Amino acid sequence: MNIHFEKRKSLSRTALVLVPLASLAASLVLTGIILILSGADPFATYRAMFRGAFGSFRAFTETLVKAIPLTLTGLGVSVAFRLKFWNIGAEGQLTVAGVAAAAIALFLSPFLPAWALLPAAVIAGALAGAVWAGIPALLKTGLKVDETLVTLMLNYVAILFSEYLYYGPWRDPKGYGFPGTAPFPEAAWLPRIAGRAHAGLWVALALALFLWLLLARTRWGFELSIIGNSPRAARYQGIAVERNIVLAVLLSGALSGLAGAFEVTGISHRLQQGLSIGYGYTAIIVAWMSQLNPLAIPFVALLMAALLVGGDQVQMAMGLPAAMGFVMQGMILFPMLAGSLFTEYRLKIARA
Amino acid sequence: MRKAPPRFPKGRFYVVMKDRNGEGAWSQDLLPAQGPRARGDGELRERLVEMRGIRKSFPGVQASDGIGLTLARGEVLALLGENGAGKSTLMNILAGLYRPDAGEIHIRGERVRIESPRDAAALGIGMVHQNFMLVDSMTVAENVVLGQRGLPFVPDLRAVKRRILELSARYNLSVDPEAYIWQLSVGEQQRVEILKLLYREADILILDEPTAVLTPQESEELSAVVHRMRGEGKAAIFITHKMEEVMTFSDRVMVLRRGRVVAEKTTADTDPKELARLMVGREVLFRVEKAPFTPGEPVLELRGVSATDDRGLPALRGISLSCRAGEILGIAGVAGNGQRELAEVVTGLRAAKEGLVSINCVETTNASPLSIIRRGVAHIPQDRNQVGAVGDMSVAANLAMKGYRSRPLSSGGIIRPSRFRDLARRLIELFKIATPSTETRIKFLSGGNIQKAILAREIGACGSLLVAVYPSRGLDIGATEAVRNELVAERDKGRAVLLVSEDIDELLSVADTIAVLFEGRVMGVFPAAEADAERIGALMAGMEEGGKRT
Ligand SMILES: Nc1ncnc2c1ncn2[C@@H]1O[C@H](COP(=O)(O)OP(=O)(O)OP(=O)(O)O)[C@@H](O)[C@H]1O
Ligand SMILES: [Mg+2]
Repeated sequence: MNIHFEKRKSLSRTALVLVPLASLAASLVLTGIILILSGADPFATYRAMFRGAFGSFRAFTETLVKAIPLTLTGLGVSVAFRLKFWNIGAEGQLTVAGVAAAAIALFLSPFLPAWALLPAAVIAGALAGAVWAGIPALLKTGLKVDETLVTLMLNYVAILFSEYLYYGPWRDPKGYGFPGTAPFPEAAWLPRIAGRAHAGLWVALALALFLWLLLARTRWGFELSIIGNSPRAARYQGIAVERNIVLAVLLSGALSGLAGAFEVTGISHRLQQGLSIGYGYTAIIVAWMSQLNPLAIPFVALLMAALLVGGDQVQMAMGLPAAMGFVMQGMILFPMLAGSLFTEYRLKIARA
Repeated sequence: MRKAPPRFPKGRFYVVMKDRNGEGAWSQDLLPAQGPRARGDGELRERLVEMRGIRKSFPGVQASDGIGLTLARGEVLALLGENGAGKSTLMNILAGLYRPDAGEIHIRGERVRIESPRDAAALGIGMVHQNFMLVDSMTVAENVVLGQRGLPFVPDLRAVKRRILELSARYNLSVDPEAYIWQLSVGEQQRVEILKLLYREADILILDEPTAVLTPQESEELSAVVHRMRGEGKAAIFITHKMEEVMTFSDRVMVLRRGRVVAEKTTADTDPKELARLMVGREVLFRVEKAPFTPGEPVLELRGVSATDDRGLPALRGISLSCRAGEILGIAGVAGNGQRELAEVVTGLRAAKEGLVSINCVETTNASPLSIIRRGVAHIPQDRNQVGAVGDMSVAANLAMKGYRSRPLSSGGIIRPSRFRDLARRLIELFKIATPSTETRIKFLSGGNIQKAILAREIGACGSLLVAVYPSRGLDIGATEAVRNELVAERDKGRAVLLVSEDIDELLSVADTIAVLFEGRVMGVFPAAEADAERIGALMAGMEEGGKRT
């Protein structure tokens, strides 16, 4: 008897659901081993983590607070990844969007009617994210510059630029030297729905559904999947490959940009240190774990958010490093990558 | 029983390679193994290969359904069968790329298990695949030693080159060992594949449709190589769809249908007609019915068109041609004389450097591919795996790739997957495409069936001009007959057809007018009725009408 892998004819739907779940389970086991090695009781830790993320209404809303930017950046990253455009710059796109939204909220309030301030700030954020993603897109399609490097480098540019602003010219004079801008006028605050969770949640969910429809049911989505699979075939079918890649990456940047705009208008109400806690990078895990399926992204984002929030709680309750949440995230990714084998291949048992 | 070696022993380096479809990834060893391989020499048995009761299923198909095969020393066996009959599958099993579900393999009388291409190589089995597996960015010499056992960490490439030159002289396979693969023509790449096997001293050679991409001269060279190897006591299994080649190459023929052996014959005791009947299961009329030739207005006109190839070298030099409604204009020529570039210039995929192209009296020189598609131009491209079809998308999606822009497949920018499926079911039925379902990813279809799907889609989308580049390449005789009839049907409907082919018989039986291309120039244009194979052959070789070479 021998067992081996064989390529599947069509992706298995069961595997698409089972693999992420199994990777989660595997990561719990792997992290459990690390916990035991560092002298902690894994069960107690997991219980504390779960309680930290979902144990109370407040805890749950905090989890939602993190799930919103993860959903939006996850959607953004997945759009680009579908075209094999390796946009790892969601962090930078989110950050410039925060800067742009802050600029509108801080400096345009005297010139805009109150009702228009928030929409203007959010739109400015999305546009800034799009522009930030558009640079590597144009470099790639025009000059064949590798996008991975450019998107990564632009993250540092964006983050350092935002630091320059809130440490320097935009720093709040009344802020006791705290690095951050003055608070936005209330007209630029995004309404909250529960705890600190804000209306960005509805936008994120609506966009996930919209994106799914766009990719699976529209002509443009069909063209994008042809381009993603084979640019040469796309060109032969009369599809403008370069233009569509640029458009899709602009969309990708805009989605991450929305996340940044919502962070500053919905959570901090100012541009300050800690705008992103690595959402743009976690988004890559979210996108992979959802197999680039927009409908799965909100759920995966919620899970990842729970790991982050739960990790914080573990730190407080059990004296373990908060980084344990990140360790688990990483631990999910490995089984996930290994598990994707099962969606492409199936096990075949043969008697020889 | 031979114990299979572990696939990735420690302390070695591997390169993982993929073929052009991204399928069949396998690994190759870069570091040396112990010594020369042990072989049961001394007692050389007559029977080199024996496969018994081989079964292999893929989801939805039984690709091998209890196949037995034998191959003796010094023998050439031709494997014949319709598209999707399971020829490549059976050979991939022997070459260690697929593992059978059941069955036994004996090599030189010993039962073996072939778990990987390395096991196969160790047993002296070598395969040239339907899609070549060479590393484009490496030289010929590097490709030849890649994956070689017993190679020092820093291979002595000078010795390798010497050996390659020696082999190429012995077998008359001229190749420059220092050339990069991407610089070589398809025919030359194939020589490299064969040299690779000779270098490894493979004595069981598997050639999967080696001549599908070769020019007639190259096919003859290959035939000489095969004969020479046979004389040295090697043996070969040879897959082809061309009956004449079966007759000239092989000693024995085995015919497969739907994963079973339906006939085994000694070549001398059979003839092409009988083989065709055995393959398809019915009489095949090597004949095409055509309505009388009544051409209409010119549809495609080219005036003084020049263009360069991918490397920037001139490929078309001042081509002037015209193709009328209701006419099949056959482009004859040895592959690589500008045919592909001609088709691409017409369809907007390649820029014309000079000259004018017009379709239905509207100038389309360097217009976008989409605007040309919109003028009703359909195109069956030369490269079906990378360009014609998208391997990882479903059969239904691939069939919809021309029509998805408009009703009924989409409306208002929204696509209708259920209508994709309806269309797919209709075309699958109409063109007899063998596929487990409309949702199967198209790369899992056999080579011939992928081509049928492309053809079905393009013919359906053709409004005024059909550009067909080697449309029957790799198709079995039944499908070839069907394709030719489809081309003629398009012509009878009043469409213009530009048919690029290297098969002179195909051109003579299908085309109304024949233009011969040589080194990017039109050597002559004449009615097919007045042409004969010899004259076309001379023009294809660059001879002027007077008989002198240009
Ligand atoms: N890797 C695979 N996965 C799934 N199905 C496969 C795979 N390879 C082949 N098949 C199926 O097995 C059958 C036999 O295919 P095979 O490639 O052996 O045909 P073939 O005789 O070589 O045809 P052709 O002359 O067109 O090359 C086909 O129906 C094909 O769709
Ligand atoms: Mg085949």
